[in-house]
Amino acid sequence: MAVEVRLPNILRPLAGGEPVAKAEGATLRDVLDDLVQQYPGLRGSLLTAEGDMHRHLVIFLNDDDVRYLGRLDAKVADSDTLTLMPAVAGG
Amino acid sequence: MLVLPRSCWYRIVAHCLDWLPLEACGLLAGMVQPGQPARVDEVYPASNAERSARVYTVEPRDLLRADRAAEAAGLTVVGVWHSHTHTPAYPSPTDIAQAPDPDWHYLLVSLSDSEPVLRSYRIVAGEVTDEPVVLTP
Repeated sequence: MAVEVRLPNILRPLAGGEPVAKAEGATLRDVLDDLVQQYPGLRGSLLTAEGDMHRHLVIFLNDDDVRYLGRLDAKVADSDTLTLMPAVAGG
Repeated sequence: MLVLPRSCWYRIVAHCLDWLPLEACGLLAGMVQPGQPARVDEVYPASNAERSARVYTVEPRDLLRADRAAEAAGLTVVGVWHSHTHTPAYPSPTDIAQAPDPDWHYLLVSLSDSEPVLRSYRIVAGEVTDEPVVLTP
């Protein structure tokens, strides 16, 4: 499955400077792994050392927050769009 | 320096007051022009997913909505604002530690005095620098 991955400004320098990347996979985990294969510098921003989703990252599959779709096990389909955004929080 | 239309400032304050006694938050969008002072053209009020008077998280769905609306308007999200209900308008250690983007402007509204107090900061690698805010008609 080929999906479009929209990257936030902060991650673009780690992924060739482009706002959108292409990646493949049947699940979110596969897609992120493919993205990291292409752009190894992204790994620390996308995944924890244990391989989980980074808590400072929000990922949408089309319009849906992947936390409600099985997180890294969320199924992706051809032509889906993933939008990666930094979590915005403070105190 | 951050240029902020007065109409945006009023919307920010209204949203902060609406959310009392909880912290309020939202996104700032503008047109990034190299060499020009940063200017806010639109603000996107958001829900505080934490529903707390001490901390905030911009509701992820509101984050996506703001990002898409900004893009459709030819703008870019250039920062975030949030309120401090009982403390001065200075970034807390949590604000500094969790600042998501060194290119952003971090607008703080303190409601601890009789009038709202507005301040803006840049936060780069844990270092906080304040910047003047110019309100325009």
